Amino acid sequence: MSLIISQLFNGLQTGSVYALVALGYSMVYGIILLLNFAHGDIIMVGAYTAFYAMTAFHLHPIVSALLAVIVSTLLGVVIEKVAYTPLRSAPRLSLLITAIGISFLLENGAQLLFGADTKSMDVIVPGNVTIGSTTVSYAAILTIAVAVVSMAALTFLVQKTRLGKAMRAVSEDMGAAQLMGISLNKTISFTFAIGSALAGIGSVLYLCAYPQASPTMGSMLGLKAFIAAVLGGIGSIPGAMIGGFAIGLLEALVAAVGLSVWKDGVVFAILIVVLLVKPTGIMGHKVTEKV
Amino acid sequence: MLLTVNNINVYYGAIHAIKDVSLEVNEGEVVTLIGANGAGKSTVLNTISGLLHSRTGSIEFMGSSIAGMAPNKIVQHGLAQCPEGRRIFLHMTVEENLEMGAYTHPNDMAENMARVYDQFPRLKERRKQIGGTLSGGEQQMLAMGRALMSEPKLLMLDEPSMGLAPLLVEQIFDIIRALHKAGSTILLVEQNAQMALQVADRAYVLESGRIALSGSGKELIESDSIRKAYLGG
Repeated sequence: MSLIISQLFNGLQTGSVYALVALGYSMVYGIILLLNFAHGDIIMVGAYTAFYAMTAFHLHPIVSALLAVIVSTLLGVVIEKVAYTPLRSAPRLSLLITAIGISFLLENGAQLLFGADTKSMDVIVPGNVTIGSTTVSYAAILTIAVAVVSMAALTFLVQKTRLGKAMRAVSEDMGAAQLMGISLNKTISFTFAIGSALAGIGSVLYLCAYPQASPTMGSMLGLKAFIAAVLGGIGSIPGAMIGGFAIGLLEALVAAVGLSVWKDGVVFAILIVVLLVKPTGIMGHKVTEKV
Repeated sequence: MLLTVNNINVYYGAIHAIKDVSLEVNEGEVVTLIGANGAGKSTVLNTISGLLHSRTGSIEFMGSSIAGMAPNKIVQHGLAQCPEGRRIFLHMTVEENLEMGAYTHPNDMAENMARVYDQFPRLKERRKQIGGTLSGGEQQMLAMGRALMSEPKLLMLDEPSMGLAPLLVEQIFDIIRALHKAGSTILLVEQNAQMALQVADRAYVLESGRIALSGSGKELIESDSIRKAYLGG
């Protein structure tokens, strides 16, 4: 029993990170129909920022986390402005290829700047709490709490604020939203900013679980978060949250039954199954065109 | 002159969709642009709204040029469009749809919403309902109400009667008459020429991207060529 509970917490911990990253994929897809494959690498940049802030500059972890969020947010907005805005009326394939190009640029740029090796640091949030016979790390509890608060804040933002509603309007009908006087450029930048800020939070939480940074760390994490977004229904915000936690729990379950080596394989199998059986995902709705 | 469109030419790739179109709308007028399916009526409205761009000519609204301006800036200038096919936000509530209409006028939103609910009591009853669950007629009312939320100086309606039952078409035209009476200026695009010419002060007939005829609503109803082409003999 205690093993199951601690695995559950492990699953929720990684699931929290997947969910935060998946939100960025889903929000950006929802608004400009782009699979932003550079999103995973924003996490890598966020992680390096927090890593060096703590190790080289000895800043407080909370200050370092804020720094990572700020750098990720700026990077996301700059990428959108420089690489994607000029392609707004280009075919979607051009956008996708550009996103992959940006991903390569960031990964290789990081290799050049920080070296290709994996950099390790001390554990950021040490310690465990034991309740009865179950042991759970403080890092897991913190991660889950931060993720839940971030998601609640995001839900409020999207449902209740003017900019959040504008975001939903643009993602539903870009032309009609423009006729309402909503600025496309501002709304799209805002979406990238929010998605990248969540990736920044995710990067710090990831460091809490695995205190190391490497230039390619974002690609596997990004892919899994992408699968979480597809599982939940790409374009759907609650879907990304559900998908993220589902993938995290599934990985923990696979590990619990002693098949750790198969963890990645199982997650990719999920992608194939979802695409075959229900391509719209758990929360996604079919795009129907009314004539 | 509230709106002056002078000699615009609009292309979709190699297709020359709008050819040397000029038209005017004066304050307080209802002007209609009629024509067959595919004549380019919506293209003209979307060019005025800034979603499409003309290669030539000029578009002036209240004395200043709006050609080449971003669509959201044009709405800020007081020019609202209620698009063809209604295009309401189907996943948002009635109230949220109206809020989006007020995007450029957030400060007077409460007043404008009260006014729209007065004009369309049905929308008030359904204000918490999701747009997609409304009937076609209600969706059209919502689309019109939403466009009115920006206090437009010129309201452009694109095929408001499309796909509606005859009784509802009557209702929509009654609303247009009421808006006209209250002093609104309207540029109305319609396929239902009969109804449109009855409410309009003036009309333009668009044929294959060109203005073929223009005149007062009355003149055109009585003209033989219009009768044959658009009013069924």
